[in-house]
Amino acid sequence: MTLIRASSPHARAGDNTARVMLQVAAATIPGVLALVVYFGIGVLINIALCTVTALACEAAVMKLRQRPVAFYLKDYSALVTALLLGIALPAYCVWWIPVVGTFVAIMLAKHLYGGMGYNPFNPAMVGYVVLLISFPVDMTRWVGPAELIHGAPGFGEAFSLVFGNYNVDGFTRATPLEIVRLNHSILLSQLYQSEPIFSQGTVAGLGWETASLGFLVGGLFLLLRRVITWHAPVAMLAALTLMSLLFYDAGSSLSKGSPLLHLFSGATMLGAFFIITDPVSGATSNKGRLIFGAGVGLLTYVIRAWGNYPDAVAFAVLLMNFAAPTIDNYTLPRTYGHKAPRRATDVEEQ
Amino acid sequence: MATPPYADIARNGLWSNNPALVQLLGLCPLLAVTGSVVNAIGLGLATTAVLACSNLAVSLVRRQMPETVRLPVSVMIIATFVTCAELVMKAFTYELYLVLGIFIPLIVTNCAILGRADAFASKNPVLPSLVDGLMMGLGFTAVLIVIGAIREVLGHGTLFADMDLLLGPMAADWTVHLLSASYPGFLVAVLPPGAFLVAGLLIAGKNAIDARNERRRSQQVKIVPGTKRVRTTGKIS
Repeated sequence: MTLIRASSPHARAGDNTARVMLQVAAATIPGVLALVVYFGIGVLINIALCTVTALACEAAVMKLRQRPVAFYLKDYSALVTALLLGIALPAYCVWWIPVVGTFVAIMLAKHLYGGMGYNPFNPAMVGYVVLLISFPVDMTRWVGPAELIHGAPGFGEAFSLVFGNYNVDGFTRATPLEIVRLNHSILLSQLYQSEPIFSQGTVAGLGWETASLGFLVGGLFLLLRRVITWHAPVAMLAALTLMSLLFYDAGSSLSKGSPLLHLFSGATMLGAFFIITDPVSGATSNKGRLIFGAGVGLLTYVIRAWGNYPDAVAFAVLLMNFAAPTIDNYTLPRTYGHKAPRRATDVEEQ
Repeated sequence: MATPPYADIARNGLWSNNPALVQLLGLCPLLAVTGSVVNAIGLGLATTAVLACSNLAVSLVRRQMPETVRLPVSVMIIATFVTCAELVMKAFTYELYLVLGIFIPLIVTNCAILGRADAFASKNPVLPSLVDGLMMGLGFTAVLIVIGAIREVLGHGTLFADMDLLLGPMAADWTVHLLSASYPGFLVAVLPPGAFLVAGLLIAGKNAIDARNERRRSQQVKIVPGTKRVRTTGKIS
């Protein structure tokens, strides 16, 4: 019998929050490196801005709540939130976007709900969604891969883009998901040949597929280190694959994109291994994690295919965060020595 | 039920039993039309007028109302005054009437009004009922205005924009640009989630102020040593 603590915090003996968080941070390295190689240093600027803001906000809140500041900063949870938000934001966005997003994530989504371990919603995703609906123009301008825009912005250009009044429009390109979404006239195979982002890549768009691969590698590292379990990521990827197979439409002009596109483009891999595996805002039991992950995969596809936004991982995660307590209630494992688990919704027998 | 003194009625309506912050009634207009100060004042005043008048009328007929149909009767009375308010706004502030749209007739369904009619006006004399309606309405309006101001500043960077819709041409240049013209606008503040966020923060703020006052009051009670045995454990009931 294995004694796995299914309830959060999922750190086992010898581990503590700080170690888990540092491993999560380390696991993002391959993906971040891929982003830097293909899209330049924008993602690093984002991460830096988010980190500084997150640490400042966390310290300020701890001061306000009269808690030991250093103790809570050293669990690195704010750092991981900042890191994930920084990765999720479009590179080279104006400096106040990461700052506002991180403020919302740490102050509203995390600490107003009680802080570390009490937040019902994933803070990084709350920050992301608030930014996306507040600043739709800035949040949907994605810089193209370096090969397609004659080199990624250099240091000077990057700083003028982020802090000056340089317009990023000269560097932006439609993302693979946007291109497929807006295609209503030609076969997918023709689209893949005519759009350089596909013809120079392999399956899901130059740069994007490599970054996704990087996050997949990082996710496998977390699985090996047993920081996360396989249930949620596998369920999410399986649901997304199934949905995209069903509506692939043999690559016609109305196709919603191949399974490989959906798996290796957008935020799928980052979401599957780094976002939905959050022990606090996700489901708790293994069966619950399967349902939670499948729900995220399904909603991601539905919003991508028929919604108003090209990518949907953040919305899907937040919607399933809402559902997580209900999932937990119905997937409560049987306690040893008892027949059926007691649920909050059970009617007491009189 | 003994009629409470006017000071208590006022304190209840404005603060300790505020319809928006404590009873959480009338959330629909609270969330829907507080995108700017002018909308908030417009709807708040209309609600206050309806609340005061309906409380007055319900209190007048409270002895004639059969217990079984008191809610339909109250709703009819409220609907009458809402129609009056709607016609007045249509006549004098037509643009604002267009902006607020469906939310003016929807004042009928504002549970704060029916709640006061049933909980207070149907059991109390005319004058206290009128004061209660007025105070509840003003408390509601005050919260609407604060939320409207916060959302307007965050969302558009302005304050008191378009006040001429309500107050006529003399208010046309009241718009205060608190932030520079290049302020991008924090769109979420204008959208429904922003209303929930601001309302939630206001409720939290009110609770924090109440808790602090409570703490201060309990600290002021000094126990003179030697006069009584002081229980230090357990709960004093």
